[in-house]
Amino acid sequence: MKIYGVALLAFCFLLGKLLGNLLGHLMQINGDVGGVGFAMLFLMLSNSFLKRKGWMEQETEKGILFWSSMYIPIIVAMAATLNVKAALSGGPLALLAGAMATFIAFAFIPLLSKIGNKKQTKKEKE
Amino acid sequence: MTELIENLIGKNGLIFSFLLIGIIMLISSWLSKSLIYNKIPGVAIAIIIGLALAYIGEEKGIASFPIFAGLGLLGGSMLRDFSVVSTAMGADIDKIKAAGLAGIVSLFFGVLIAFLFGSIVAYVFGYNDARSITTIGAGACTYIVGPITGSALNVSSDIIAISIATGVVKTIITTVGTPLVAKAIGLNNPKSAVVFGGLIGTTSGVAAGLAATDPKLVPYGALTATFYTGLGCLLCPSVFYFLVKILMS
Repeated sequence: MKIYGVALLAFCFLLGKLLGNLLGHLMQINGDVGGVGFAMLFLMLSNSFLKRKGWMEQETEKGILFWSSMYIPIIVAMAATLNVKAALSGGPLALLAGAMATFIAFAFIPLLSKIGNKKQTKKEKE
Repeated sequence: MTELIENLIGKNGLIFSFLLIGIIMLISSWLSKSLIYNKIPGVAIAIIIGLALAYIGEEKGIASFPIFAGLGLLGGSMLRDFSVVSTAMGADIDKIKAAGLAGIVSLFFGVLIAFLFGSIVAYVFGYNDARSITTIGAGACTYIVGPITGSALNVSSDIIAISIATGVVKTIITTVGTPLVAKAIGLNNPKSAVVFGGLIGTTSGVAAGLAATDPKLVPYGALTATFYTGLGCLLCPSVFYFLVKILMS
């Protein structure tokens, strides 16, 4: 049944969020630190566990895949609810600071991706 | 009649938003196919339409109007995070493990450079007190790090507003810019997506930008981006603030 998949997703989501909030509490930030990341790891682990055991049925999987196909529409809805006016009215300071931070980060992507690669090839050589 | 419809939509806001987004997706994929021969992906067009609609409204974008309030629920953090987590089904654990170190390095580096450049711009614009500079620098991380840092440092609300605006600008530029620069920065494999998530960090921007570039990369970028805001909230009001304070005195 599809609901099994949705329920599994909900379980991983809540467990991840719990861990994220707990971590945030420990760090004394009133918030969620990596909750979504933890939830994703739980989902990946339980998926591979269930598949190995042969317990992951196609219908169950479809319940989760439905939500991942809803992802893009949800992002479009999110874009429509951003505070675009404030972003533009924040003046040249906000525009410049935001743009600089983004483009500098873009520029560093090839470099940082490479650093990892070198280490990987080194390991492979060993 | 209009009252009847308004009432109906008010009660079924989420359902109405399914219809609206469906129509937006339909229009944008048609535009992408027939008008520009798939040069810009339909998803990117849909996101730009979304942003344009958001401009009509106020703080909550188009959802500032009661009739469109359902979009706030569909695009809110609960369903967004839920669907982002579900994309992990398509992620490969081995690929994430291979990118693990690069991901962690990019997280720290990403928070640092965003803060650094945000602060420099703030300084150039004439701010010279450590609290304001730190808050605006934190806003250059994400629009959540900014206000959290600002309230921790007790700055005035206009500085917090600037820091939020800075973060939102970053999210929007990431959303629109990612598909345009993807080729040039080699953003076409899981590993670079992990690094991208760590360097940029705004979960919504990373998620939207990757969706418009290649939906297969979404889980990899989202995985690291989700740690960025937490790290920023940890570093900005503490270590970074002290460094700025020393530099400014």
